[in-house]
Amino acid sequence: MNINLDFNYKSIKPFIFICFHFGILALVFSLIVHRLSQTRKDALIGSLSLITIRLTVDARPTATLIEFSNMEEVKLIGMWLSPYSYRVIWALKLKGIAYEYIEEDLSNKSPLLLHSNPVQKKIPVLIHGGKPICESSVILEYIEEIWPQNSLLPSDPYERAIARFWIKFADDKSPSISNIYRTSGEEQEKAVKDSLEMLKTIEEHGLVGEKKFFGGDKISMVDMAFGAVAHWLGVIEDVAGLKIFEQHKFPRLNSWIQNFKEVPIIKENLPDRDKMLALLKRRREMLLASE
Amino acid sequence: MEDEVVLLDLWASPFAIRVKIALEEKGIKYECKQEDLFNKSHLLLEMNPIHKKIPVLIHNGKPISESLIIVQYIDQVWNHKSPLLPSDPYQRSQALFWADYIDKKIYGIGRRIWMGKEDQEEAKEELIQTFKTIERELGDKLYFGGESIGYVDVALVPFTSWFYTYETCANCGIEAACPKLIAWAKRCKENESVSKALTDPLEIYGYLLQLKKRLELQ
Repeated sequence: MNINLDFNYKSIKPFIFICFHFGILALVFSLIVHRLSQTRKDALIGSLSLITIRLTVDARPTATLIEFSNMEEVKLIGMWLSPYSYRVIWALKLKGIAYEYIEEDLSNKSPLLLHSNPVQKKIPVLIHGGKPICESSVILEYIEEIWPQNSLLPSDPYERAIARFWIKFADDKSPSISNIYRTSGEEQEKAVKDSLEMLKTIEEHGLVGEKKFFGGDKISMVDMAFGAVAHWLGVIEDVAGLKIFEQHKFPRLNSWIQNFKEVPIIKENLPDRDKMLALLKRRREMLLASE
Repeated sequence: MEDEVVLLDLWASPFAIRVKIALEEKGIKYECKQEDLFNKSHLLLEMNPIHKKIPVLIHNGKPISESLIIVQYIDQVWNHKSPLLPSDPYQRSQALFWADYIDKKIYGIGRRIWMGKEDQEEAKEELIQTFKTIERELGDKLYFGGESIGYVDVALVPFTSWFYTYETCANCGIEAACPKLIAWAKRCKENESVSKALTDPLEIYGYLLQLKKRLELQ
């Protein structure tokens, strides 16, 4: 048998040349990458994957901007006791977004906070790629837009308007809950009355229809907005020595609280009850003493 | 099928005016129903059972409450012209922040001025500081929305009809303290959607005097 093993060496010479130099480049590149920090490595891999996707997929310019901007650094200035701070933490964790948490001492506000939120000087503040966003509800809307995975708002405009209504309701009424431990006498009575009205409204209008969460089967921004009712209210009742939330009077709300606190991200990210109790008791004593 | 759009309104309400401006900007035909806050209609109580307040937009039978939420809804549904919110997410977040700031401050502080109680002087200081902060945000832009009116302009401009009241009740000196804001207000009125919807400052003053009397009687 005559097998022709005579391959054309000349034609593969350029091929060998390219492979050899590519090999050298790959070696040099991997040596450089090896020396990078883990975060930089992740960012590099992320950028390269995005570039590959962009070259192969036809996408709108705005989508590209968002795709690239969602790779930028995320920082959250928060405070361990604040339900507003937790709203943002829950949203970031549910969407799997890596961020740096910065605990703020509100009695001695940092230059970073004062620079990032000069108007309100409050937490939480999200800093994305160096740009600050303030007000927890505004931050949540921003997070939803930049990182649309695990959606926290309905896509239907009407359903979205209803969700926003409830978030605003929570924003407007939640301060009554903290006023329960901050006040005494007539002021405290008013805080209790306002809080009960809020609970009643949620029970009668917000959780109608045997829903697991405000938006249906899945947790959403609305549930996070009512986080204070789910966890903070119980502690505040103990601080003030009052019973406000009676389970039999608010069966739907009671179910919702159980469902909410069972969501793993929520369960694993709540401030320690005993620590809260101790601090709020001290605060109450100081506030009442100064009156 | 034609869209059915109804607005539950109160002519003097700056919150309702926000919605009217948005509807005009988008060229939406709507029916306006006047409410009496001391004698609320069954429709209002049915459409906004929680707050029983205006404005309420009823779109094909479905109610939406809270003026800024209504404006966002209008912007999203009728997105064929005059976008009110920026498309860039960061710019959008800034617009939402400033409208929220206006919502939290202006009406409440203003009320303390025209109710004329002991806290009126304090309220006057706060109002000027608030307007100065807002004016700084405007900077040298034509409008808060840039080249044309946007979400923040819509949120703030209805209150410009109340400046006369604030001046008359407490001599606030808004024009001297915030000239850019006054210039912005004039510029806004050059837009038909705004000039059609804004109330007359003298009529507002008369209305608030009446309202104050009724509230004091309660």
